[in-house]
Amino acid sequence: MSEIQPLALSGLSKAFGGLHAVAGVDLSVRPGERRAIIGPNGAGKTTLFNLISGDLMPSGGRIVLFGHDVTRLPSFRRAALGLARTFQITTLFPSLSVLENMLLAAQALERTKLMFHRPLGSYGHLYARARAVLESVDLAGKEGETAKNLSHGEQRQLEVALALAGRPRLLLLDEPTAGLSPAESQMMAALLRTLDPAITILIIEHDMDVAFGLADHVMVLHNGRVIADGSPEAVKADPLVAEIYLGTD
Amino acid sequence: MPGAARRGGWVVAGLGTAAVLLAAAPLFLSSYPLTLLTQALIYAIFAMSLDILLGYTGLPSLGHAAYFGVGAYAVAILATEFRAGFWTCLVAAVAAAILAGALFGPLAIRAVGTYFLMITLALGMLVWGLAFRWVSVTKGDNGISGLERPTLGPWSFADPTAFYFLSLVTFVVSAACLVVVVRSPFGMSLMGIRESEARMRSLGYNVWLHKYLAFMLAAAFAGVAGFLWAYYNGFVSPVEVQLVTSVEALLMVALGGSGTLVGPALGAGLIVFLKNFVSVYTKRWLLILGGVYICVILFAPGGIIGALKRRPR
Ligand SMILES: Nc1ncnc2c1ncn2[C@@H]1O[C@H](COP(=O)(O)OP(=O)(O)OP(=O)(O)O)[C@@H](O)[C@H]1O
Ligand SMILES: [Mg+2]
Repeated sequence: MSEIQPLALSGLSKAFGGLHAVAGVDLSVRPGERRAIIGPNGAGKTTLFNLISGDLMPSGGRIVLFGHDVTRLPSFRRAALGLARTFQITTLFPSLSVLENMLLAAQALERTKLMFHRPLGSYGHLYARARAVLESVDLAGKEGETAKNLSHGEQRQLEVALALAGRPRLLLLDEPTAGLSPAESQMMAALLRTLDPAITILIIEHDMDVAFGLADHVMVLHNGRVIADGSPEAVKADPLVAEIYLGTD
Repeated sequence: MPGAARRGGWVVAGLGTAAVLLAAAPLFLSSYPLTLLTQALIYAIFAMSLDILLGYTGLPSLGHAAYFGVGAYAVAILATEFRAGFWTCLVAAVAAAILAGALFGPLAIRAVGTYFLMITLALGMLVWGLAFRWVSVTKGDNGISGLERPTLGPWSFADPTAFYFLSLVTFVVSAACLVVVVRSPFGMSLMGIRESEARMRSLGYNVWLHKYLAFMLAAAFAGVAGFLWAYYNGFVSPVEVQLVTSVEALLMVALGGSGTLVGPALGAGLIVFLKNFVSVYTKRWLLILGGVYICVILFAPGGIIGALKRRPR
């Protein structure tokens, strides 16, 4: 367990034309921290994740990941440093089987992925890893199923499993319960609580029960700015937060 | 699972029968059908190489004839001007095709979807333009003629049966190589790119690199097909690199079933026979080609293999 800071953002910004989706966000995350990011629709939460993951390039500011300045690095290099993410809109390999989805995730950070002369089937450790993670998200019985034929709830579980396969040290979860029924949300929350405490997690979550149940720290984003940051209790009691949530919802 | 095993049995039986029939073909085919079968084998290599891009990686190239043509021209020039032998020509054809792929790849890979289609089309036109205009090297519109079939050690491939076997062996070796690649971790990564580039990137894949390698792999085997074609035809002209040749290859892949390798090989056979059959009666081959394309898209989007796969369930 290194004590290197997993993530530090300074003055991070992203403008889409005239719209400042993320406007000067400073953030420093401790190892092992579980931080929820909440805020109304369009607050800039997903954009913030896209900047951290490298899916979007910032208009300004700096991103330091495990001590490396990654502001201009492509996303695959950030993944190699131990970053993984899930997407708000389920992003699987739809016409591949669940097992193949997991194999792609399991080999992603290994040199194996460039091997072209040996069958994938001969890499037993990848299968072992793929199946172990499927087991941990309760999808063990579904490995032969085509991903697009899974139920929505199962697809969300696979979404998380793909991110876990590479043993990330920093995990970004973008609304893992999006579109789930209350019962399914509870199951997802329980699943997330079983994750290795050494993994640092940032989670965007609309379901307050899930967010506050998992996080030791809550950050509120509004119009691309951080307007509150602290313990769940402190944020709940913040009058500005209450106003924004009452004012916009 | 028993269903899958039964299907696996059918596949093995089908491939075995095909192998026996192909090996025995010269015994029962007269020279014209054997010539067509030779042509089908060459186009099968070409179509399978395109399948790596289109079916596996999800990159719809509309300029794949460029690599086929570069391979064919390399052979034509070396064999006629420099009397180069079999291996020199084979290595040169593949190397030239890979080089063209290595140069064009970065331009094409920058684009996705329709833009990829348009850029590969433009690059294909560029090669066609070169073949047409660079007269000192390519002899322009006249083309390069007088290519003789090669010899290799004690064997001469001048005889149509011997050349058929050369094509068959080359086809089998190419198909085997491509099957190994698509079943490898790298092959799986190409399918991942086809399914979701965004997910591949965030998992940690250098998507650009994988596409680039796929591009050169596809170019290499198109070059192998071009190598055979030059000797088969005895004549290489801008026709080999024209748009129609690229479109025919796309249709072979779509008709047979993209992302299966065996489908595009079947598709190549069908199109070659259809084309030669039809041209006896009419000159409107392009019209028929378009008609077949529309029918495939409308009625069998998964191609022949797609239709077969759906049956047993
Ligand atoms: N690629 C883009 N191009 C232009 N505008 C964008 C783009 N992505 C996001 N936006 C805009 O940026 C703002 C922030 O969007 P973002 O998706 O980050 O919000 P969010 O907090 O994740 O919202 P939600 O809770 O609905 O997921 C929105 O106004 C959105 O319309
Ligand atoms: Mg969002």
